[in-house]
Amino acid sequence: MNESAITIENLTKKFEDKTAVEDLSLKVFKGELFGLLGPNGAGKTTTISILCGLIKPTSGSAKIFDYDIQKETQKVKEQIGVCIQETAIYPYLTGIENLELFGKLYGMNKKTIKERSNMLLTNMALKEDAKRVTAKYSGGMKRRLSLALALIHDPQIAFLDEPTIAMDPQSRHAVWDFIKEQKTKGKAIILTTHYMEEAEELCDRIGIIDRGRLIALGTPKELIAKNQVKNLEEVFIQLTGRNMREEL
Amino acid sequence: MNFQRVLALTKKEMKKTIRELAVLFMIFLFPIVFVFAFGASFGGFGGSQTATYHVGVVNLDSASNHQWSQVFTNNLSNMSILTISIYTNNQTAQSDLSQGKIQAVILIPASFSDSITSYNSAPNQPNQWVNTTVPLYLDKGSLIATQAVPPIIGQVLTTITNQNQQFLQSPIQLQTASLVSVKQSSSLDFIAPGMFTFASIFLIMMVAQSFTQDRENGMMKRIRISPTTPSEFMASQVVSYMGIALIQAALVFAMTYAMGFKPAVGIPAYAFAFILVLVFSVSNVGFGLITASVAKSSSAATGLSFLFVLPQLFLGTFVGASLSGAAQMAGKFVPSYYVTDALTSVFLRGAPLGSPTILLDLAVVSVSCVAILVVGIVLYAKYYKI
Repeated sequence: MNESAITIENLTKKFEDKTAVEDLSLKVFKGELFGLLGPNGAGKTTTISILCGLIKPTSGSAKIFDYDIQKETQKVKEQIGVCIQETAIYPYLTGIENLELFGKLYGMNKKTIKERSNMLLTNMALKEDAKRVTAKYSGGMKRRLSLALALIHDPQIAFLDEPTIAMDPQSRHAVWDFIKEQKTKGKAIILTTHYMEEAEELCDRIGIIDRGRLIALGTPKELIAKNQVKNLEEVFIQLTGRNMREEL
Repeated sequence: MNFQRVLALTKKEMKKTIRELAVLFMIFLFPIVFVFAFGASFGGFGGSQTATYHVGVVNLDSASNHQWSQVFTNNLSNMSILTISIYTNNQTAQSDLSQGKIQAVILIPASFSDSITSYNSAPNQPNQWVNTTVPLYLDKGSLIATQAVPPIIGQVLTTITNQNQQFLQSPIQLQTASLVSVKQSSSLDFIAPGMFTFASIFLIMMVAQSFTQDRENGMMKRIRISPTTPSEFMASQVVSYMGIALIQAALVFAMTYAMGFKPAVGIPAYAFAFILVLVFSVSNVGFGLITASVAKSSSAATGLSFLFVLPQLFLGTFVGASLSGAAQMAGKFVPSYYVTDALTSVFLRGAPLGSPTILLDLAVVSVSCVAILVVGIVLYAKYYKI
């Protein structure tokens, strides 16, 4: 697990007078599930958006394997899968049609798309509803399909931005099992979540980010021990304070 | 460019059109219902009258001094309602008529002066007259010209023979002819070319809504994360909406055909009409993108799209014929005007596809549509990433 999948060096992103990410340096390794935690507006989503090529950093650099995110964007896009915060699925397509569409956008052949779709639909408990238009899906089903879309092309690196939000406990645990399975296949996963028990359950290492700066880094056990508290939630509160924050 | 991606996104767009009832209605059912309602109830073009009619005269009179044909031409010129152009041959006159440059052509026959002379020599002995016919070719693309010009010419002829033709015989008969089949044109014939243009104008709204909705629900972000390039995405959008425009044109044609619009033109003319509508649809994608660049939400896009829909509709399609001179002049700044003009020339005037007017219309439509699309893409890319 010591081969670097993501290398971030001195990454900074400023929006006019506001700094969303400040001098962030970080490495995520192959086969590692890395939790990126922080209050609303801390800079988590901005960091992921930079890593997947949606926005350009103000300064600093980042690499996905050996590909520079700014110079080799197309290569980077082929390596990554992103489950974005929005439940972005086409409502007038069926579940299977959404998967087929994105499989084709990733250049996959029909046979592989079919195999991957079947596997993902089964794991996400959507097999029976695969041929229904997604406008009729519940919120949880849409989130599960959104996660499946992010992984249709079997990416080496997955960015999961609050993947289990709005899911019932059963669905959440099913997704946790699936994420763990991906890790065992050597995938690198960056997970952002507001559920501390989720981070504690899944993540090998955790980085806590606040006001754009990385303020803590380590395994869940290390962070709990270092801050002399009972669990990760208390670590989080202790480091970031109790005040509510505005979204960036 | 990866064609698998373009094809996949095109198919997706087509499925959206078929499965979303609001889209299906706006794109397909609305034009059909509109064509039916408009075609069934439209009774004419209101009170807007052309002040003068531009008439071409071809003098083939074989009499040595052209005495009577000259009188006839002078009398025509003296009519304030007519503007007369003299042509040396029928071919040039017919070419101008087919391109809408003039509204009628009078062919003065070889025996014209002989006929008048014979009549004057024996006004009460019809068996001694040299009978002749004056062919009158009319612009079948102008409802007003077809109705107004024949009586005026008939009146001028009457002054020459100095007779009231309603009661007395005359050696000269005015025969209305047409470049296409001689038939009584209905109101539908005059509005049908505009209907072809009209059908795809609402694509502006659909494109604007589609882009803003995809932006709102995160789909645009998901597409951008995938390896799909901006050019592949835009190509899929243009191809999709061109396909939709083609289906719209086919449906509108079927509808107008069923209601009695049967222009006597060949397959190349129909093919040209569909190609023109396809090219025109590109401008609607462009206008849709411009709208989506400005609009912050899909509901705002719906309202803003009318800034482009209404001028295209009122200044450039069949409605334009009943507008003021200033409004018709303004119509020359919208692409739909040239589409309607070309279709009217082809379907109603029988203009050859290679005639200067048609080629000019095609050139204006092609250049302006590509320019509008480019502006749309540049603006959209400036404000929102593709």
